[in-house]
Amino acid sequence: MEAVNLLSSNKYTEKQIGYLFISVLVNSNSELIRLINNAIKNDLASRNPTFMCLALHCIANVGSREMGEAFAADIPRILVAGDSMDSVKQSAALCLLRLYKASPDLVPMGEWTARVVHLLNDQHMGVVTAAVSLITCLCKKNPDDFKTCISLAVSRLSRIVSSASTDLQDYTYYFVPAPWLSVKLLRLLQCYPPPEDAAVKGRLVECLETVLNKAQEPPKSKKVQHSNAKNAILFETISLIIHYDSEPNLLVRACNQLGQFLQHRETNLRYLALESMCTLASSEFSHEAVKTHIDTVINALKTERDVSVRQRAADLLYAMCDRSNAKQIVSEMLRYLETADYAIREEIVLKVAILAEKYAVDYSWYVDTILNLIRIAGDYVSEEVWYRVLQIVTNRDDVQGYAAKTVFEALQAPACHENMVKVGGYILGEFGNLIAGDPRSSPPVQFSLLHSKFHLCSVATRALLLSTYIKFINLFPETKATIQGVLRAGSQLRNADVELQQRAVEYLTLSSVASTDVLATVLEEMPPFPERESSILAKLKRKKGPGAASALDDGRRDVSSNDINGGVEPTPSTVSTPSPSADLLGLRAAPPPAASPAPASTRNLLVDVFSDGPAAQPSLGPTPEEAFLSELEPPAPESPMALLADPAPAADPGPEDIGPPIPEADELLNKFVCKNSGVLFENQLLQIGVKSEFRQNLGRMYLFYGNKTSVQFQNFSPMVVHPGELQTQLAVQTKRVAGQVDGGAQVQQVLNIECLRDFLTPPLLSVRFRYGGAPQSLTLKLPVTINKFFQPTEMAAQDFFQRWKQLSLPLQEAQKIFKANHPMDAEVTKAKLLGFGSALLDNVDPNPENFVGAGIIQTKALQVGCLLRLEPNAQAQMYRLTLRTSKEPVSRHLCELLAQQF
Amino acid sequence: MMRFMLLFSRQGKLRLQKWYLATSDKEWKTMVVLAHKPKMCSFLEWRDLKVVCKRYASLYFCCAIEGQDNELITLELIHRYVELLDKYFGSTCELDIIFNFEKVSFILDEVLMGGDVQDTSGKSVLKAIKQADLLQEEVESPHSVLGEMGLA
Repeated sequence: MEAVNLLSSNKYTEKQIGYLFISVLVNSNSELIRLINNAIKNDLASRNPTFMCLALHCIANVGSREMGEAFAADIPRILVAGDSMDSVKQSAALCLLRLYKASPDLVPMGEWTARVVHLLNDQHMGVVTAAVSLITCLCKKNPDDFKTCISLAVSRLSRIVSSASTDLQDYTYYFVPAPWLSVKLLRLLQCYPPPEDAAVKGRLVECLETVLNKAQEPPKSKKVQHSNAKNAILFETISLIIHYDSEPNLLVRACNQLGQFLQHRETNLRYLALESMCTLASSEFSHEAVKTHIDTVINALKTERDVSVRQRAADLLYAMCDRSNAKQIVSEMLRYLETADYAIREEIVLKVAILAEKYAVDYSWYVDTILNLIRIAGDYVSEEVWYRVLQIVTNRDDVQGYAAKTVFEALQAPACHENMVKVGGYILGEFGNLIAGDPRSSPPVQFSLLHSKFHLCSVATRALLLSTYIKFINLFPETKATIQGVLRAGSQLRNADVELQQRAVEYLTLSSVASTDVLATVLEEMPPFPERESSILAKLKRKKGPGAASALDDGRRDVSSNDINGGVEPTPSTVSTPSPSADLLGLRAAPPPAASPAPASTRNLLVDVFSDGPAAQPSLGPTPEEAFLSELEPPAPESPMALLADPAPAADPGPEDIGPPIPEADELLNKFVCKNSGVLFENQLLQIGVKSEFRQNLGRMYLFYGNKTSVQFQNFSPMVVHPGELQTQLAVQTKRVAGQVDGGAQVQQVLNIECLRDFLTPPLLSVRFRYGGAPQSLTLKLPVTINKFFQPTEMAAQDFFQRWKQLSLPLQEAQKIFKANHPMDAEVTKAKLLGFGSALLDNVDPNPENFVGAGIIQTKALQVGCLLRLEPNAQAQMYRLTLRTSKEPVSRHLCELLAQQF
Repeated sequence: MMRFMLLFSRQGKLRLQKWYLATSDKEWKTMVVLAHKPKMCSFLEWRDLKVVCKRYASLYFCCAIEGQDNELITLELIHRYVELLDKYFGSTCELDIIFNFEKVSFILDEVLMGGDVQDTSGKSVLKAIKQADLLQEEVESPHSVLGEMGLA
């Protein structure tokens, strides 16, 4: 309170202390704020510049929203008033800037904005300095309103740059004319693209060249301040050149200049030069020029004494890496890793892993590199890294043998890192057979080598090794007895850890109960993993924060076509809809009925094998699919949906047409009436795969968008549209997908679907993206039809006929007689009807040729009972299809859907 | 834009702090800076900010700036500020800063406002401060009369 009294004092000392007190001690939500505001208002209205400045300082220091509300309208007036003193203008500009940053909505835009721009022409350099800060901030939000500032800024800059070192009197700092103002002007110009006006542009380029030339001149002073100020302008100039990215000549000159700094004795300059070069490396014009400095940078990595400089050097090596120098850079980084500071080891590991993968020409080199990585810095190799190497080895059969041999050798080292054991365990379990021919790595040797590490490992690793052992039993029957012995040992069967115990018990039972065939099926080699963005890259991005992510993207933009991440090389089966989960579904549903004489636990066991086996590398496998399995696990294993899951959706190519209008979409849709996975659409650019599962009135659909080109898709946005009243009938929740799809990569979108009531038309899927600058758009029908929500119902003949009679109103029945489009095969027809969703009832129809089915369509609002009868006539190649449901439109719709399938 | 400026002694005692953007988390690890040796690089990365620090005798000057800002010019801004303090106090020492805290703070206000450079001319800043001092002295002499009037 006393402070507020001081504010209203006429005495300067008292006022000053009052303001100081408030600036330092009052927080912005104090109740005194109203009183303080009043005092400030009085001071602003006074004509005394000192008081006005004090008041403005106070506003800027507190900068609360209340103050913004009170003064945001006044300050612009003071700023552009003709009679304001220069010092007041300066304070007003910065004060306004502060308020604008705190609450942009409060600062009214108006005719003063035009006059602010003209402050760039002000006589007083201090005013210009303050005004540039304000304009830079304002023009980020409203670039068009401030466009005129470009030419003013350029002419101001050129006047400063060309002035002699003494022209600007006190604004010259150690013989450098107005360094702060120059930096700020260059900063302001970075808010805009290169000037369109040729004259302005010419003048600007001249300025930039002058700055670059000055860097070559001998210094006017030996003082570090002189060179710092000069170089500050130089670095800002270089960032403007990089920002424009359109003047190859300047870019190369900038790069050469930075190259000189790389060997400068000032640590600060070396640091900044490395940092700037990182951004230069991503420009196509200067990438080559940057690469010429590779030796200097490698040397910096080895000899710099300051860790932050070494880190920059490592960043730059990462940025300048391409196919030509990858081997050199990766080996240097590996060497550096041995001595690197602990704080940055993990980042280096990630970078090495990414570079090795991205630029791998032969995969044996890649495998070597990653194994070296684990050997040198095992503790810093995160899960993502070793998961990734397993993914790649699994997907590329040309390295599997080599990988098996290499890990086998690596494991022979007396002390090897646990991550090495994990990788080794997995790879030998999958591909150990490839090296079993050599007596030095015969199956028993492989097993005893792995088992010698077993006791030293953590639970997770031991669990993985147990899975490896069971795989060995399948691969090498001769090891069966030994391994069963290990599994039977008390330390496994009665292990305190539930996971280990369960695995030991289950694997032991599996190995003794199941026949060789079943074992071979269950323990088959893992199918290829779906290609997607490397999780390592995602992790590095997370580590570096959002700002760096874009830089990383830039770095990989030009090379995405060489990416293993689903580049052009992978075999078709890995590009198309991922099959693992379809395989799992198929397998999982198949064995139980076949193995029915086995104890009741067999089924659980098998299911466990499937959920545990892959769980040895949980996030390695297609995680969403796994979740998908457990959540939507079919109620009964003989569920027709599971049986029908197409084991090889990839074998089902879509038509080659481009940009189909709706009519073709209908045809595409029809393919999915009786099945749930496959390729929905494919053209030269894009492939869309579908996998879905439905239960009751809920469904989940995975859409896989594969970029078949080597160029990144931009603004990629798939969208689900509900035309008309469908909105009230079907709820579709979509997850957003990334806006960019790299060349050869695949993105996945998850749709959660809820059927609210019966519906007739499917939702539309609209996909838009830019390919090489040209917008592409595509509208398809989403394969969601009412029959997906079918629940099969078994019933006896008597019940069937009773219900059939109940649904005897003329409108409840829909009938269609049509010619067969496909060969009339009873088994195929059966499968289609099951795929359609209904149960097939035997012994109902007196004629065994005919098919009879029943089911209930589940929607949130109601259930629709549904009976159907299909009578084939082989002589006439005709069918008669009759449907009766409790709702008339449903009967007709189902009848039409089904009739197209035969 | 500058986020904050800190002055602290070699013992890690804070002498002046100025925050230009309200932050709830002010745990600033002076240790990192104190471990710094003169030959090392003056720039550090700290979270998403860049920290520019420089040591003058027993005092460390630390500024945190945003990713886009120019490090070298910030370094020189610190130098300019130190020059101004030097010009004003003769030869500045830590004690000047402790005992003339308000002056140090006013000079900083004249150079930097709301995290942006206000004026970089040594003369004009000093002029503003001298003017303020003059006002102060003027008012101090007829203290009794005006004081009574003001209080009346």
